[in-house]
Amino acid sequence: MPREETDAPEATNSPDTTDVADAAGGASAARPRRPSHWRMLGRDRAAAVGAVIIAVVALVALFGRPAIGDRARRQELDASLRPPSLDDGVYGLLGTDVLGRSMVARLVEATATTLSVAVPAVLCSLAIGSALGLWAGYHGGRRESVAMRVADVILSFPSLLIAVVVLYVFSPSALNLVLILAVTRIPVYLRTARAEAAELRSRLFVDAARTFGTPSRMIIYRHVLPIALPTLLTVATLDFCFVMLTESSLSFLGIGIQPPDVSWGLMVAQGRQYLQTAWWITVLPGLAIVLTTVSATVLAAWARIATDPAQRWRLTLPKRRRPRSAPVPPEMIP
Amino acid sequence: MTTTSPPTRSDADTPALDVEGLCVELSTPSGTVRAVDGVSFSVRRGRTLALLGESGCGKSMTALSVVGLLDPAAAVTGGAVRVRGDDTLRMSPAQRRRLAGPVLSIVFQDALTALNPVQPVGRQIGEPFRIHRRLSRRQAREKAIELMTRVGIPEPRQRARSYPHQFSGGMRQRLLIAMAVALAPDVLIADEPTTALDVTVQAQIMRLLRDLQDERDMAVVLITHDLAVVAQRADDVVVMYAGTVVENGPVRDVFAAPRHPYTRGLLDSVPEDSVRGRPLPAVPGSPPELSAVPAGCVFQARCPLVRERCVRERPVPRPAGEGRSAACHFSEELDRA
Repeated sequence: MPREETDAPEATNSPDTTDVADAAGGASAARPRRPSHWRMLGRDRAAAVGAVIIAVVALVALFGRPAIGDRARRQELDASLRPPSLDDGVYGLLGTDVLGRSMVARLVEATATTLSVAVPAVLCSLAIGSALGLWAGYHGGRRESVAMRVADVILSFPSLLIAVVVLYVFSPSALNLVLILAVTRIPVYLRTARAEAAELRSRLFVDAARTFGTPSRMIIYRHVLPIALPTLLTVATLDFCFVMLTESSLSFLGIGIQPPDVSWGLMVAQGRQYLQTAWWITVLPGLAIVLTTVSATVLAAWARIATDPAQRWRLTLPKRRRPRSAPVPPEMIP
Repeated sequence: MTTTSPPTRSDADTPALDVEGLCVELSTPSGTVRAVDGVSFSVRRGRTLALLGESGCGKSMTALSVVGLLDPAAAVTGGAVRVRGDDTLRMSPAQRRRLAGPVLSIVFQDALTALNPVQPVGRQIGEPFRIHRRLSRRQAREKAIELMTRVGIPEPRQRARSYPHQFSGGMRQRLLIAMAVALAPDVLIADEPTTALDVTVQAQIMRLLRDLQDERDMAVVLITHDLAVVAQRADDVVVMYAGTVVENGPVRDVFAAPRHPYTRGLLDSVPEDSVRGRPLPAVPGSPPELSAVPAGCVFQARCPLVRERCVRERPVPRPAGEGRSAACHFSEELDRA
């Protein structure tokens, strides 16, 4: 990422101009050190909680599987549909499902599966869609039209339908699932990035860069991307929950994650028929989805402010302030 | 390493920038209008030329077409822009890019929007070096700090890490100038560099520009509507009105004895010699709409000397004294008036 200078801890951070006197040597205002990201995170309690949740989810996804062994698949039919209780050790803490499998173990296993589908899918579509969108928006003209028509074609197909067709024809593996989710979500980033780039290309600092001969790709990389990136990342975190839900729909239809593998969405789908008798089978993975997406969104809103040099000071005020959440682009609203 | 024709640099006879018969047309919903109509001027190294005129007379449009930043709605339809003898209008984009920076550069009016708000200024000022000289990030940074010292930014090493919004207006303008002169261009275009600043800072910025010009032997094209700036700062002046050049010549001569009624009107409207209690003389009326520029003289509607010939026939620039020209049929009469 071009947004660097994390190694530059002493830049000034005052909200207004520090040098009142323009005369040489006139500026001698105090220069507080730039606050670290940790401290800025501490100022925003919601974002801090979100960061902790995301960190826990990531750790579980990375290291959970070896810890639980095969407990997510071990069936104990006489322990079927046990409610959450403290009597059955760690693995009985959240109850069992209809086949007597430990909910704790299944949730851990599902975390890894869900993230291994959603994260690569979001990253792929973010990278491809943003690159194309910035390029199209910056250059405009025919390149823009072509890119936008491609986006329209993808968007005009119901994404679930493409997924069903493709996954029916090819084998429903995790890789295919990632690819199809990535492709269907590209237009979201493409359009956002194009809009940002089209606006930024008319800014004077882009003209200024052109006056000393900066090539287009350099302008896109150095001047357009850093400004568009926070918006794109916010879109990506919102899209993350969309991808998780799509994955669960596909798993529910039987063409996504295949049992005995399990994902959060699949768990919700499988538990639906026991909703009246065993709520925990559905509610717990649902809660996991909600917590993760909300945390990601709150963290994205914080990152938006923390990465904006002109807004950063808000997070250094002693008084606690809730950042205004980022606006939702229209294509994200289902 | 980036020059296209090194020998012309020493050639004192070739102007650093030579604009000839430049025409720019704008497409508007109501049709095509000519925003710049046959503008010609030239400027040598070490000299300053002022483009003087009121808002909308086409001075900025001229500057933008010289540096190749015209809006897509505008197109250069004629003329030539020769930089050290080579016509930039007939160059490929890649050739132009090689020229931009080491040979030709521009300082914009609005310094805040001309700087990227999310980049530390040190990096932005170092960018020309990274692009044209392929310096590393660290080397470019050192160069940027040098430049910041040169343009009078206090504590440049610390300030290089600050962002544009943390600087005052005058400091931002200094930063822009630093960026524009980074590669020691032959021609520097300054598009109203001081309009957004207060008078004290204006003077500092103008002094800085002059010092840099002397140091680097640049040709400066100063775009302005400020008569005082022109009088103090420029060697030659080009007075523009409704997209055309109405008068052209050395500042001292033009200001002492204008040969075009418009220049005369502008100079008369300076409050310096006016008597208290009496209304300020002004040029009556307002400039024509670009879509309704009359067939004859562009200034006819506001001119005190207007005759029947002015309506019929557009005056071409005629020599009016040494190194001067004026586009008026009756320029001789101004001496008597």
